[in-house]
Amino acid sequence: MTTAPTAARVPLPSRFFAVVRRHLLSLYTIIALVYLFLPVAIVILFSFNDNQGRFNFVWQGFTLKSWRHAFDVPGLFDSLVTSLQIAFISASVATVLGTFIALALVRYRYRGRGTTNFLIFLPMATPEVVLGSSVLALFLALKVQTGFGTIVIAHIMFNISFVVVTVKARLAGFDRHLEEAAMDLYANEWTTFRRVTLPMILPGVFAAFMLGFALSFDDFIITNFNSGGTVTFPMFIWGAARVGVPPQVNVFGTAVFLVTLGLMLLNVALQRNRS
Amino acid sequence: MSEEQVAGSERTSPTRPQQLLLAGSVAAIALGLLLLLGGAGLGSVEGFTRLFGALAMLVLGCGSGLVAIRGESRVAYLLLIPGGAWLILFYLIPMARLAVTSLQEGTLEQGFRMAWKWSNFSEAFSTFGDQFLRSFLYAGIATAVALLIAYPLAYFIAFRAGRFKNLLLVMVLMPFLVPFLLRTLAWKIVLADDGFVADSLRALGIIAENGRLLATSTAVVAGIVYNFLPFMTLPIYVSLEKVDHSLLEAASDLYAKPATAFAKVTWPLSRPGVVAGTLLTLIPAAGDYVNATLLGTPRQFMIGNVIQSRFLVVLDYPVAAALSFTLMLTILALIIPYVRATGTEDLAAA
Repeated sequence: MTTAPTAARVPLPSRFFAVVRRHLLSLYTIIALVYLFLPVAIVILFSFNDNQGRFNFVWQGFTLKSWRHAFDVPGLFDSLVTSLQIAFISASVATVLGTFIALALVRYRYRGRGTTNFLIFLPMATPEVVLGSSVLALFLALKVQTGFGTIVIAHIMFNISFVVVTVKARLAGFDRHLEEAAMDLYANEWTTFRRVTLPMILPGVFAAFMLGFALSFDDFIITNFNSGGTVTFPMFIWGAARVGVPPQVNVFGTAVFLVTLGLMLLNVALQRNRS
Repeated sequence: MSEEQVAGSERTSPTRPQQLLLAGSVAAIALGLLLLLGGAGLGSVEGFTRLFGALAMLVLGCGSGLVAIRGESRVAYLLLIPGGAWLILFYLIPMARLAVTSLQEGTLEQGFRMAWKWSNFSEAFSTFGDQFLRSFLYAGIATAVALLIAYPLAYFIAFRAGRFKNLLLVMVLMPFLVPFLLRTLAWKIVLADDGFVADSLRALGIIAENGRLLATSTAVVAGIVYNFLPFMTLPIYVSLEKVDHSLLEAASDLYAKPATAFAKVTWPLSRPGVVAGTLLTLIPAAGDYVNATLLGTPRQFMIGNVIQSRFLVVLDYPVAAALSFTLMLTILALIIPYVRATGTEDLAAA
């Protein structure tokens, strides 16, 4: 009789703690996700704010006026277009240059691989404020007029490393035997690349382009140093922050959010289908 | 890159045309570097002409060096040259320019000239030492807080999320889907003086009756934590995801308690992710000035604020360059031990 309760009691606390721990972790995760989503929700919510005056910090009621007059703020849509152009050009160039480097790193043994890896790593280990200011120091010394071109140059520079890393990760599981098999079947090097190598790395290359596009589109610090008079979307927000950000900025911010979220969910769905 | 090619051609004894090509390659590269690093003596050649002239010289130099090399590595170098030249031209050379600028003297009106003025560094420190230390203090605290938030989150996604894994990963990336400046401005609304968060903290007595959240160090650190949290969560998730579950089963078969199994198996295996996440959070945090500007006051300003205002507003380039260069060296000094221990490949992979 004395042993039975003890036997029941011993596993009970541990089971209790196991349950608590399990739920604690779930609870923690839910809180963390709410925390992650809160500012996003505020950005979306305040695009519907019926704000009076210049500032958009206090909730004053629901309205669709900012959505209906989304294009009425002078310069805002232009800045968005400028950002999209810069992101497209810089991501495209960086994807080509970075994919070349990734191919060299993965497919060839050559002297200086360590140096190449280190050179790729350095820009990622450099704070943006240093990247931005050092490139500006070069442009100042050469008397290069800062503007659209210098923003693109700087964005290509920081995007290359991210492209290399993304494509390389994709190439890591790359089976060189497939290329050798193609060569054995009398495919020349170009045909092998076009028919075997490229299709295999294409998803990685595409992912790298998307990453570069996103990084460039959202970059503020490096752009701030090298923009001259060119106004990108982040530069527009920065300028507006001092005098009051119009709710239309939130409208476009929400649009950006919805488009990227849609793309990501599509990607998740595609991956699930494949597996 | 040029030295590698010269080194690569040592294997076969070069013929006369090869020697000529190599000499031409070295000359072209030297001219390119001169265009980039030379002083005002080249005054008539400037702007984009000079920039792209230098780029052309570098590519031409590397290209003619390539022709002189035989063997398979030639293709590798060919693939490396365009991107490598871009990184040398717009990363390494600017770093050198930054170092040169930091030792110059002069004013905007009179022009700046090289003077080996080391006092720019001491001046930068005596004036802006506070901001410098504050940057690393804020960045350090923010990184620690981010680790505390991110580790359990990543753990849950890797081990407990089941079929919601991908969905949760999208949720973790949520902050990145909204423009950086907009999500930082959103914190201004969250932390506002009459906002819900400040009111609740006042009711709980955590902050004083007239206490504020906005325009304090807490606000700046909170903003930094939020903005860079995905950089911490994702690498940790990646390393936890790779943990072999049979190792955990083995640990429990050998009577390890869950806590022991975590300490002896899970934690050590996730350490590369923790290291990568720490660096990926600490580096942008230390150089950030957006959070301090939007959520703080000049009393919370960090070194990034000083660098940007010296470069873009005060136009005191030498001191700004000295600060920027020191920030870079400090970051490198902090991360090189890690890099040596884990290798750049691992860090880059995460």
